[in-house]
Amino acid sequence: MSSHYEAPIRRPLIVGDKSYHDITVEVAAPVEGKANKLWWTAFTIALLAFLWGVGSIIYTIGTGIGVWGLNKTVGWAWDITNFVWWVGIGHAGTLISAVLLLFRQKWRMGINRSAEAMTIFSVVQAGLFPVIHMGRVWDAHFVLPIPNQFGSLWTNFNSPLLWDVFAISTYLSVSLVFWWTGLLPDFAMLRDRAVKPFQKKIYSLLSFGWTGRAKDWQRFEEVSLVLAGLATPLVLSVHTIVSFDFATSVIPGWHTTIFPPYFVAGAVFSGFAMVNTLLIIMRKVSNLEAYITKQHIELMNIVIMITGSIVGCAYITELFIAWYSGVEYEQYAFLNRATGPYWWAYLLMMSCNVFSPQFMWSKKLRQSITFSFIISIVVNIGMWFERFVIIVTSLHRDYLPSSWTMFSPTFVDIGIYVGTIGFFFVLFLLYARTFPVIAQAEVKSILKSSGENYKKLRDGNHE
Amino acid sequence: MASNKKYWKSVEELKENSLVVDTLKNNEFVEEIPTDDFLGDKENLEASSTTRRDFLKYVGFTTAAASLAACEGPVVKSIPYVIKPDDIIPGVAEYYATTMANGFDFANVLVKVREGRPIKIEPNKEANGSTNARVQASVLSLYDSLRLQGPKANGEAVSWDKANEEIVSKLNEVKAAGLPIAVLTGTCASPSTKKIVNKFNDAFGNVSHVVYDAVSESAALDAFEAAYGERALPDYNLEKADVIVSIGADFLGDWQGGGFDAGYAKGRVPVNGKMSRHVQFESNMTLSGANADERIMVKPSQQNLALVKLYQAVVKGIATREASPLNTAIQKVAAQIKKAGTKAVVLTGIQDKNAQLLALAINNAIQSEVIDVVKTKNVRKGDDKAVAQLISDMNAGKIGAVIINNSNPVYSLPNSNEFVEGLKKVKLSVAFSMQDNETANAVQFALATPHYLESWGDVVIKKGHYSLMQPTIKPLFDTRQFQDALLTWSGSSIAYYDFIKEFWTANVLNGTSWNQALHDGIYTAQSVEELATSEFDFDAAIQGMGKTKSSDLELSLYIKTGMGDGQMASNPWLQEFPDPITRTSWDNYLTMSKADALTVGVMNENVANGALNGSLVELTVNGVSEVLPVLIQPGQAIGSLGLAVGYGRSQGLKEEMQTGKNAFKFYKDFNTTQTDVSVKVVGGVHEFACVQLHNTLMGRGDIIKETTLEEFNTKDSKEWNKVPVVSMDHKEVEATSVDLWESFDRTTGHHFNLSIDLNACTGCGACVIACHAENNVPVVGKEEIRKSRDMHWLRIDRYYSHEEDFAGDNEKKENGTGVIGFKDAMSELEDPSENPSVAFQPVMCQHCNHAPCETVCPVAATSHGRQGQNQMAYNRCVGTRYCANNCPYKVRRFNWFKYPENSEFDYYMNDDLGRMVLNPDVTVRSRGVMEKCSMCIQMTQATILKAKKEGRPVNTNEFETACSNACSTGAMVFGDINHKEDTVAELTKDERAYHLLEHVGTKPNVVYHVKVRNTQEA
Repeated sequence: MSSHYEAPIRRPLIVGDKSYHDITVEVAAPVEGKANKLWWTAFTIALLAFLWGVGSIIYTIGTGIGVWGLNKTVGWAWDITNFVWWVGIGHAGTLISAVLLLFRQKWRMGINRSAEAMTIFSVVQAGLFPVIHMGRVWDAHFVLPIPNQFGSLWTNFNSPLLWDVFAISTYLSVSLVFWWTGLLPDFAMLRDRAVKPFQKKIYSLLSFGWTGRAKDWQRFEEVSLVLAGLATPLVLSVHTIVSFDFATSVIPGWHTTIFPPYFVAGAVFSGFAMVNTLLIIMRKVSNLEAYITKQHIELMNIVIMITGSIVGCAYITELFIAWYSGVEYEQYAFLNRATGPYWWAYLLMMSCNVFSPQFMWSKKLRQSITFSFIISIVVNIGMWFERFVIIVTSLHRDYLPSSWTMFSPTFVDIGIYVGTIGFFFVLFLLYARTFPVIAQAEVKSILKSSGENYKKLRDGNHE
Repeated sequence: MASNKKYWKSVEELKENSLVVDTLKNNEFVEEIPTDDFLGDKENLEASSTTRRDFLKYVGFTTAAASLAACEGPVVKSIPYVIKPDDIIPGVAEYYATTMANGFDFANVLVKVREGRPIKIEPNKEANGSTNARVQASVLSLYDSLRLQGPKANGEAVSWDKANEEIVSKLNEVKAAGLPIAVLTGTCASPSTKKIVNKFNDAFGNVSHVVYDAVSESAALDAFEAAYGERALPDYNLEKADVIVSIGADFLGDWQGGGFDAGYAKGRVPVNGKMSRHVQFESNMTLSGANADERIMVKPSQQNLALVKLYQAVVKGIATREASPLNTAIQKVAAQIKKAGTKAVVLTGIQDKNAQLLALAINNAIQSEVIDVVKTKNVRKGDDKAVAQLISDMNAGKIGAVIINNSNPVYSLPNSNEFVEGLKKVKLSVAFSMQDNETANAVQFALATPHYLESWGDVVIKKGHYSLMQPTIKPLFDTRQFQDALLTWSGSSIAYYDFIKEFWTANVLNGTSWNQALHDGIYTAQSVEELATSEFDFDAAIQGMGKTKSSDLELSLYIKTGMGDGQMASNPWLQEFPDPITRTSWDNYLTMSKADALTVGVMNENVANGALNGSLVELTVNGVSEVLPVLIQPGQAIGSLGLAVGYGRSQGLKEEMQTGKNAFKFYKDFNTTQTDVSVKVVGGVHEFACVQLHNTLMGRGDIIKETTLEEFNTKDSKEWNKVPVVSMDHKEVEATSVDLWESFDRTTGHHFNLSIDLNACTGCGACVIACHAENNVPVVGKEEIRKSRDMHWLRIDRYYSHEEDFAGDNEKKENGTGVIGFKDAMSELEDPSENPSVAFQPVMCQHCNHAPCETVCPVAATSHGRQGQNQMAYNRCVGTRYCANNCPYKVRRFNWFKYPENSEFDYYMNDDLGRMVLNPDVTVRSRGVMEKCSMCIQMTQATILKAKKEGRPVNTNEFETACSNACSTGAMVFGDINHKEDTVAELTKDERAYHLLEHVGTKPNVVYHVKVRNTQEA
């Protein structure tokens, strides 16, 4: 991307007196240097959590879904809650890299690499759940439309669960390709700097023979645009389809036409919060404060505030429509959410998702790194509970009161959830040590327009 | 067959002694094998890249591969018939008519036998038989792995010969000593057995036959004997009744042997605007009370008073003007009885001879057509006085030998200790038993008896109705019948089978065919002599009723529908069977009213996963104590407690089945009512396994539609059977007329529908067990039930009203205005009333024509059949549970674990013997798949196939499901609605017909009928 003139009132996106070489060195530093104690501690904890999860999954598959807390009335609980939560988190990556690319938002360059990595890692977690929640995992391939010799035996294309299979796999593959395309020049940079033959070999494999010719750059730009165009509808479609799992059903509290936009907003909301969580730590640990600036955090806080408010609107709309519909089952489902046995989950959801982002109206708060970090955690807790509320409180008291019951998780439910968090962090921590975590090639392209030193040089007289 | 054909290879073979032919015959390889060529050529061999080691590798691999390929698959232990028995066609079920008579349950049944194994019990409808839940479940007791498998002497296994020898020598000793021999049996109602006991008496002299019922009806028997001169129980034809008044009689349960539900239900279905009115006065909430039009809570001690008042009002015409609610109710009821005249009946369950006499007196005075004092019933014969006498004689050393059959007195006697002491003082104690139970362990000789499905026998359940019992399988173990043993001991060499045959030919059959009687399972004698109406002076009885002790807390012992008198406690189907009222399984408990619970300081609460916990109390009755959990029971009369007998068995059954506490220890003087009662809270909680955790209907009147008889008669069905409306094109239209889907033409072929009449359904639960047996539904155990993971394909929902009745609930819900009003109304509706109206609703898969489950399955494992069924392809199911979530009726059941062949679920499916009960026509589901009601597709297909083979169309009403077959009240009717003559075709068009949750638009193939309550008070 070429450098454009940037208005002096815009705050710089790269702070400090950076040269192109500085950027190269600083982005390559975490890869080339040795891991510190903090990294090892975090990695050990994540690995242990992951192993706990693996153990829980093996136990589940070996014994039966009965080791979870589910029952005849509540057939999904933490499994699908976690699934939707992880898919939602994955949304921010694509939004940042694809939608912001199309809208020419330069500030995405500092964060898009990690946001996309987060997307892929969280979609991997999400993808686990639809598989392991099956009673017969060993027959999971039945959900794929594989030609077979059983005549007309085919998948049921009416089922939203099947749409999920396509939506998630498409999303994962497009995201992966998009991510990798962006990584090519940066891998090439690492390859060129590598001194150990093994590293050189690996990075040259990963960079797909990038040479840095003008033609390479031209194709790179074109492919990025095309992929961004492909990925943008996915931002909307994936969570829309996930929401269909509920919206197309007949259960009060699920059977709601508002779900697609509401789910997409919620997904972006939780995704940005997760990006904030990760980057606030990473900019500190990997000394990347010059590239992931307060400005970036603030902009993401604004997105969180807006999407949080959209989600809040959706909650209120749901309540209003339930009352307005005049359907007693619908009315009771929402009354039960707010005042039934799971009122505490509803309250958590409301306060975390609707009220907490409103603090971001204050400039002081949204520029505070600590506060942003806290809110980002709070939002993700809230979004987990949103899915829990939708799934469990709708199911546990539906039509016939005779079937009403409650759900309570077992240590296996908890183990698998914690395990996926562990798995996610294992992947992310490994990524942070082996991948160029900032799209340095792209960042370099805005150094002259948005770098603090260049801006000062250019606009110095105006101050 | 080997062929003799000879194939000519060349003309040379035609010549004799041809050199070429001879050479070829003697030398298989014409040309020499060139071994030297490839082994001799050293050069080539050495040049080859295949070394010796490689060669060995190749040989090794090919050998291994060849032998692996030759391996057999898993050996399945099934042995085909080498010589097929004439009467068995593999895959085709045989039916035998027989009779169940275990001293507690008596029923004419048909036994379905597959490949020599009895697998299901069905009512013998030609013999007017009906089956309750226990009769349905009795087949599983045959395959109980802990059955007594052979005779035992003092705990050691012995041979029958040895046992017989020892017993006979001891009997002779007893005879020589001149001591009497007591034969203690449950009610046997068998004329041939009586004859055999007489023969035994002839052989040893001084034999007394004492009949003992664990749950006694002695008071009723004594009263009937006093009034009518015969120690028997009257029959009641409740279908003839216009007014039924019951004072403490749970006649839909096991009052006087039960079996009144069919007649009752007939009178309860409104025909030509008429149905019976049922008023129940009771303390515990019983099945009868739950079905009553009006239920008045009366403490046990007050029930006597109620009966006396009723007697005075009806017979004497004296109306007391006391201003108590009970009195008002009694006067109203008396008026109704008088109005109904001969069409009324009064029943009482008070265990007092005088009270029973009063009830008989009222029925006598009004010349009730309902009571039948001629064709009496023999299902209870126990004599409390004789039993008490026997125990005291035993302890006094006055008895020489005790022979026990069909009874477990050590478990079920209130003074069991005395009995055990007495047993030690007799010279010879023998118990015939199917299980190694409490009594079998307390006697010298425990003799293994066969199950009734392995036995011969005869029963006279009702006077003039002679039933036969025949074996349906060769005895599984080294068992002998009581009758056979008595015959042997008496010195007779005749087998019991021959004895019965002779006895019947001589005394019963009256010249008709034995084979026909055996085929039918019943022989009905032509004439029974008429008994004159009673001349008895009933007024004397009222004097005896004078004083009844009352106290602050009174205990009413009751019989649970599932457990009966406890002899089938080792039956996992019955243990898992949820009680129709409390819907709690695997337990007994103290039922208590909410008011008393508050006073005593006990509570029920739901834990995080919804499961129910209850406080523990120590109950002391007449100085006997037991720690029991409390279940707060709506409708329990204040100041009364209820406790079920039949639990707390400890011997001869698996640990899993040792549930609850033995309540027989409180059954002092064989009286179900005890007044010397105190309750003390002890620490700790008890974990219940309750399948229904929410008790009220939350004002959702469209789930169970109800109306009153008055409205039903006077108003249009649109008023009381409202079809929900929706807005379409800005017009209100009936929800059933709106459709998202295009239906295909269903007018050709079969289209199955199941109709359930909520007026006829009493909630007895026979269908639940029938479904269990027919469809190989697994038993999951207490812990899993507690986690709301019961597997029942068919459940009977029970709802209590919050207000006086369900109409009040609907009103309350409607009147909750505003958000706060709505919230308050809904949270109040969660609590049942003190004396609620009760409704039962059997729910199974509704087989929706537009099924929500079918659209959401990603692998199309559940889809719609051409005949209306919603089908499950277990093999295809991957277990996403989406279908279960999307089912508005929550009827789908998931296999959370591997239930069969799993020691964690050590019920019948975990041993070879228990698995013999499995229906070979129905797949046993694997872990991780969804299952649910199939509308017994294996039965409908079998019916179609049978008709096809016989070259005829399917007959009218020939289609049946396990539940409709088991339903003795006729509430469930199954059939083909495309076959216009089928009853169900008419029923689906009835003005009372509605579908469950019509507004969801699922278009179910199960249809319910609006419940009509007779609220007309005079």
